[in-house]
Parts: sequence; structure tokens; C-alpha cells
Amino acid sequence: MSTPILQLQNISKRFGSAQVLRGLSLEAAAGEFITLLGASGCGKTTTLRIIAGLESPDEGRVLLEGRDVTDLPPERRDVNTVFQSYALFPHMTVAGNIGYGLRLKGLPKADIRRTVEEALALLQLAGYGERRPEQLSGGQRQRVAIARAVVNRPRVLLLDEPLGALDLQLRRQMQLELKQLQQQLGITFIYITHDQEEALTMSDRIAVMRDGCFVQVGTPAQVYDRPATSYVARFVGSANVLQGHVTAAGGGQLTLSVAGHTARVQAGGRPYAPGEPIALALRSEQVEFAPEGGGIPAVVRETSFAGGMLRIGLELPDGSRLTASRHGIDLGLQPGDRLSVGWAATAAVPVEVDDR
Amino acid sequence: MKKRRFTFQKFYLGLVLAVIYLPLVLVVVYSFNQSRISSVWGGFSLNWYRTLFADRAMFGALRNSVVLGVCASLCAAVVGTLGAVGFHRIQPRTKGAVEYLTMLPLMIPEIILAMVFMAFFAALGLPFGMGTLILGHTAFCVPYVYMMVKARLAGMDHSLTEAARDLGAGEWRVFWDITLPLLAPAIASGMLLSFAMSFDDVLISLFVTGVNVTTLPLKVYTSLQNGPTPEINALCTLLLAGTLVLVGLSALLGRLGRPAGK
Repeated sequence: MSTPILQLQNISKRFGSAQVLRGLSLEAAAGEFITLLGASGCGKTTTLRIIAGLESPDEGRVLLEGRDVTDLPPERRDVNTVFQSYALFPHMTVAGNIGYGLRLKGLPKADIRRTVEEALALLQLAGYGERRPEQLSGGQRQRVAIARAVVNRPRVLLLDEPLGALDLQLRRQMQLELKQLQQQLGITFIYITHDQEEALTMSDRIAVMRDGCFVQVGTPAQVYDRPATSYVARFVGSANVLQGHVTAAGGGQLTLSVAGHTARVQAGGRPYAPGEPIALALRSEQVEFAPEGGGIPAVVRETSFAGGMLRIGLELPDGSRLTASRHGIDLGLQPGDRLSVGWAATAAVPVEVDDR
Repeated sequence: MKKRRFTFQKFYLGLVLAVIYLPLVLVVVYSFNQSRISSVWGGFSLNWYRTLFADRAMFGALRNSVVLGVCASLCAAVVGTLGAVGFHRIQPRTKGAVEYLTMLPLMIPEIILAMVFMAFFAALGLPFGMGTLILGHTAFCVPYVYMMVKARLAGMDHSLTEAARDLGAGEWRVFWDITLPLLAPAIASGMLLSFAMSFDDVLISLFVTGVNVTTLPLKVYTSLQNGPTPEINALCTLLLAGTLVLVGLSALLGRLGRPAGK
């Protein structure tokens, strides 16, 4: 296997008494789209700033194409950043902004002009070159910020919640465009977001961050379908996490007791011994309603209709809560109704408990 | 009741404005007075302007004042800007102390500054004249530039300089390409303020100037020893007009400095 474009080796960082990053390691291959996904304050922006060289780690190394760049200043790293605030230079035109990096490289004026024109065309900004950033809309500024970074053809492009300030519709559109652009240019993207949907749509791999650690790094399918921990299950898949204990193990299946009733899941990950406590991640759409007496009895507590989904809040016999959802069907359920719930053995995933 | 209070407010405002502006208006009006005695109106005339323009000593003093103001505000711009940019990045605690030290000249009574400058320059053995004037004026002008630049820096998006470094600019390039152009309006208004302060100064100039260098305020001060003369009225009118132009310019710069649409 060829050398990874970017390697983070055991990066730690503290600000005063706060430990922000705790021994992060990550490898990014050429042309890969990696998303750092996490709630605000989990250390994802700090990670990005360390890759860019705007912050130096207390411990650990940053390698670009196998070369240690940990001690190089940002201007000497072949990495560019799209800042959350865009950080467009207000005293320069759009063309001046986009061409700034090329000008610093000392390229001939004609080459700069041609490259800038190409970038403007690529990001559908043709004709806007002579405008000032303040004369542009939010979406256009976003494109300028991206253009300004990609014209330098960096090894790695860092994007810090680039779509955070845009409205939902524009966001969706830009997600697609960014993904296309990334594939077209073949540049490695390290992308920060706190929006799990965005991460699932765009990424080749997702690194779920929490308290300065990567909780799970994997493809969107892995992270979504086989969450490693209860935090990932809740944050990425908005899944239910049920507590229970193992009653029997064998034949590739675990038999469990959940809320005093028997359930089965497929064994996977680490082995469990009978009697051991276990947590299950179960996404709301995978909760099935069984004929009464066939599964775990539950009482409907509330129903709500949002985004084409009917969400049903259920209470299990031991008082724990479970959310089920169905696409746009009015099941005629009322609070207080009794029913039975279950799930396919392959749907629920045993997870490590790392929250609460 | 409410109505009466309203009229009182108007009256009070009128009174304040009258106290401030009536003397100015009188000076302007009397500068066009034919009569030599200020308090008697003898008809419209540009006589005193003619006398004024014929006064070579007065023009020498004006030229000195302009040279002094320009040099002092330029020096203050360099020192004040570098200071503000440099101190912007240091520890908050040290910064507080440094800021106090920088602002202190504004609070120390001017007479003390004047004496200190004179004693200091004498101790250094500097020849008194334009050189010492520029040094002294620069010293008291620096805080004005520093204040303006500091305020602008505080409102500046830090990620702009980071973006420039990210795109490959070393620290000096960032300063020339990004920081300085963005600070330019603040530096310019600080310089205008400095120029006004320098142009206006009597006390410090009086203490640090040499025998054969006189500034406009010093010249005016000495000519007034025998009571106000109509030439001085004419001079004041011209200076007033100049000031209004500068104030307008400064306001315009202030507006340019702010990002549009805000």
C-alpha cells in the first residue's frame, strides 16, 4: 500500500487545564473524503487547526506524504483551509482573493489570471471576479472561499463546517457540489461537521469524535449500521440504546433478557458470556410491532409527526423508553395504547456503553 | 407640563451651542471687518486677509507647523501602529500594563510633559529646534494612533491573518498584504488626530523649540500679547476652514473603514 497522504500520530493538545485532544491517530489515503463528526467542543476544529499548522500539538506528529510537518509553520505546508467564517479578504476583489495563494508562489500574472478564471468557472462564479466579497451572497462567498483554497492544488483540503452558515436548501445543493468537486480534483478532504446526515451523505469515511477521542472510524455504512458504542449509535443513527443482560450465547446468536423479556441478537464484535450486562443499539425504524404477546409489551406515551416520519414514544415494562418510527403512515395510535414490540435479530447491534 | 419641559430643553441646547459657537462666528465675522477696532463694524473688507498673506513671518510659522505636524504624525503612525499590532498578541496581563503606560501621556498634565521633554533633551545635549519639536510631538501623538489602531484590531477577524498564512504568506507578507491595508483607515484617522493635536500645541512647543523656530500657535500667542488683532481673526477663520475640511475627511475615512452594509 502506498504512503497515506496524511497521518496523525497520537496527537494530544491541552489548553490551560482543559485536555482538548487525547492521543488521536488517523490515516487518510489520496483522494479520500474523511469527515470528523462530533458535537461542538469535541475538539474537531482543534484537530483541523493542528493539521493546518495554526496550532501545534503538545504531543504526537503530523505527517504529510510521509514527511513530518509537525514543526512547519502553516505557510510551508501543502495544505489549505476553508474557514468556517470564510475569512475572505475584504480589501481584495474575488479574483484577488482566489489568486492570493498563487501570487505568493510567485507565478506569472498571466498564469494566475488564467487559473483564477478556471476556478471561477468551476465554482459557477464566472463574471464575479471583480466584485468585492461584501457584494456577494453567503453561498457565493462560500464558493469563493473554496475556490481560493483549491486553486493551490493542496495535498489536503481542510474544511471547517463550511456549510454551517447556509440555509438548508443551499446546504443540500452545496453538499452535492462539494462531493463532485472533490471527486473531480482528487484532493483529500478533511471535512468537519456536527451534522450526521451531512457526514453520511458526503464521506468515504467518518471519524466520530467525542471529548478529544475518535470513538469510531469507518465507512458511513459501518458507522450507521454497526455503531461501536452507544454514543455513536445515538449521535449518528439517532438510535435507541436498550440495556439488558445475556442469558445464553451460542450458534452465532445471543439470547438476552431486555426489560424482563427474552430477545435475540446476532453475535458480533466481542464475545459475551451469559450473565453479562449488554447494551443494544436499535434504530427507531427497525422497531417492529408484533401481535400482542409476541414480544416485549410496551405502552404508547406520545406520537409526533415530523419530516414525513411518524415517531412513536414507547415505554417498556421496566420504565425505559424506546422510540419507533414509521414512514408517513397514520397508525391511529393514541397515548395509552398497548402493543408489543420486537426486532429482527440482525437489526439490533450490541454496543459498548460510553455515555451517561 | 410636558410642553414646557420640551421648550426648556430647546432653550438649553441653544444656550450650549451659543456658548460654543458664537465666539467662532464672531471671529469669522470680524475677520471681514473694515475697522481696525474689533468691536466696531466698519463695513465688509478683505483687507486683513491681504495683510495676513503679506506677513512672511506668519507663513514661515505656518510652514513650520505643517512640517512639524506631518513629521510628528508620520512618526506616531509608525510607532503607534507597530506598538498596537505587537501588543495585540501578547499576554492579557502584560498588555494591560503596557496599555496604561502608552495612554499615560494623555493623562499627565501637559506642563509636566513639556518640562520633562525640555530637561530630557537638554540632558541629551540635543540642539533645540525642529528636531526636538518633532520628537516631543511624536511622543504625545503616539497614544492617538495607538488607540485608533487598537480599536480596529479588536474588531478584526483573526481568521483573516490565519487564512493568509494558510495560503502561504509569511508573517511579514501577512502584515503588508492583510493587516496593514485593513488598518489603513484607522491609521489615517489616528494621523489626522495627531496632526490636529500637534498643529494646536503651544505648551510643549514653547518648551522644546529653539530660538529661531516658531510654530503657528506660538506666533499667534506672541502676537496676541497686545490684544487681538484683525489679522489674527482672519488667520483663525482660515484655520477654522482648514479644520472643517480635515474633520470632514476624517469622518469620511471612518465610514470607509467600516465594512459596508453595517
